[in-house]
Amino acid sequence: MGETAFAMTGGRVTLDGRPVLAGVDLTIHEGDVVAVMGANGSGKSTLVRALLGLTPLSGGSTLLYGVPPARFRQWWRIGYVPQRLAVGGGVPATVREVVASGRIARRRRLRRTSAADREAVDRALDAVGLSDRTGDSAQALSGGQQQRVLIARALAGEPDAYVMDEPTAGVDAETQRLLADTLTRLVADGKTVVLVAHELGPLEPLITRGVVIREGRVAHDGPPPQPEGECAKPGHQHVHPHAAEAVAGPLRGWQGEA
Amino acid sequence: MIDLSLLDKQFFQLALVAALLVGLCAPAVGTFIVQRRLALLGDGIGHVALTGVALGFLTGTAPVLTAVAVAVAGALAIELVRARGRTSGDVALALLFYGGIAGGVMLMGIAPGGSNAKLNSYLFGAIASVTVEDIWVIGGLAVLVLGVVAVFGRELFVLCQDEEMARASGLPVRFLSMLVAVTAALTVVIAMRVVGLLLVSALMVIPVATSQQLTRGFRSTMLLAMVFGVVASLGGLLASTASTRVPPGAAIVLLALAGFALALVVGRFVRRGRSQESRVSQAGNVRVKEVL
Repeated sequence: MGETAFAMTGGRVTLDGRPVLAGVDLTIHEGDVVAVMGANGSGKSTLVRALLGLTPLSGGSTLLYGVPPARFRQWWRIGYVPQRLAVGGGVPATVREVVASGRIARRRRLRRTSAADREAVDRALDAVGLSDRTGDSAQALSGGQQQRVLIARALAGEPDAYVMDEPTAGVDAETQRLLADTLTRLVADGKTVVLVAHELGPLEPLITRGVVIREGRVAHDGPPPQPEGECAKPGHQHVHPHAAEAVAGPLRGWQGEA
Repeated sequence: MIDLSLLDKQFFQLALVAALLVGLCAPAVGTFIVQRRLALLGDGIGHVALTGVALGFLTGTAPVLTAVAVAVAGALAIELVRARGRTSGDVALALLFYGGIAGGVMLMGIAPGGSNAKLNSYLFGAIASVTVEDIWVIGGLAVLVLGVVAVFGRELFVLCQDEEMARASGLPVRFLSMLVAVTAALTVVIAMRVVGLLLVSALMVIPVATSQQLTRGFRSTMLLAMVFGVVASLGGLLASTASTRVPPGAAIVLLALAGFALALVVGRFVRRGRSQESRVSQAGNVRVKEVL
């Protein structure tokens, strides 16, 4: 085991008076490939956000490479992939602009874009197969392509650890395969990966550790749980009747979409 | 008819310079503000700034300077309320706005040099009365505003796009948020003499809304918005020379709105053309979402 990448001790999060995390201990070592799983509203997205200090803890502590988030300075070591591309007030941004913003933690004010910056962005765009869409508005792309933009943004920063919030949710099969290929390369390079997933799909063989969250607590931490029965059959389409259900937690008001 | 003989007159030259600076600055800052869903921030600061103007008259200080001080303080107050994200923040902001206008009107009433005409000139603009000193202040503020956009633009882009992402990139989110608010306050003061405090926000929002109908990128949206801003403010000013009954501030804003309506129509065609083009290039593989 290498250095500790992330370490949460007794992590508690309360959102709008509702406890979402109820005391979570979770240590991620460098090189771990961890899937955080759980039902909708179990707190798995909140967990990875709190792990990075993006959602404030109401109790306990979290450390990024041994340092509390407020004092952490090496943010370039972390590539965070949010659940979806923010649309904001509707000002468009090109695919290249969004992906290039992944370099921000590595850049200094007043310094012009270097050749290394440009090459990293080119490589990231190439890795997700969007090299021919660089000038398009990112917001106008399909859901799967937007997910690729977000992954490319993290890749562009060349971090040590990738933290991905549901990278497989609502994306097409091609994007899922592409994500699996990308992760395979990252794992081979010894990168740390923490990803939130409802189901693993083609990512399953890469995962070295599964953490299952139930009602804001760690219910399982160890080898990834194997699908059983009907779900284990090859080609099984994992369908849940939860698409229309209002999503709990910080995404309230948002309805599941493909 | 547009009266070009005015171009020789100093007051008109000053007015042109002021209009040019406003046309450049307001949409540049406005692009960040619109993306941050703070389109009404400029209005709020404008209301508060009126109290600043009146304080200037009351104390015998230059109203532009007191307006800067009060507008910046008001902008920071608004940012603090926004950052706390309470649902009651909405009402707190409204209270601040009413207080700003009422305070301004009251102070203006009791100030020795205050009059309804003066009040109107700040509420609705009085570009013909811009003095050489005004231009120095406006010019200085414009350099400051465009400097902030140039130096912090990349970070502000990430912040306005996705605040959580900005935090996950280690950006100084609180500082940058305040920077946006303060820059907006300075822009309000720049624009106050040209279009008036009640219409200040129009030049921060309309050119951006116009531009984003036609563009695909953030930088291109900002640059095109600045072009639209300059065209609207210079065009409105020129139009107002046709008759003394045409108020320049209103002419500028109405011209900007007409541009928006036109861009809405043109944008539809541009997008339709583009999506057909990409449908062909993607061999029908990829569903292209029509966004409007």
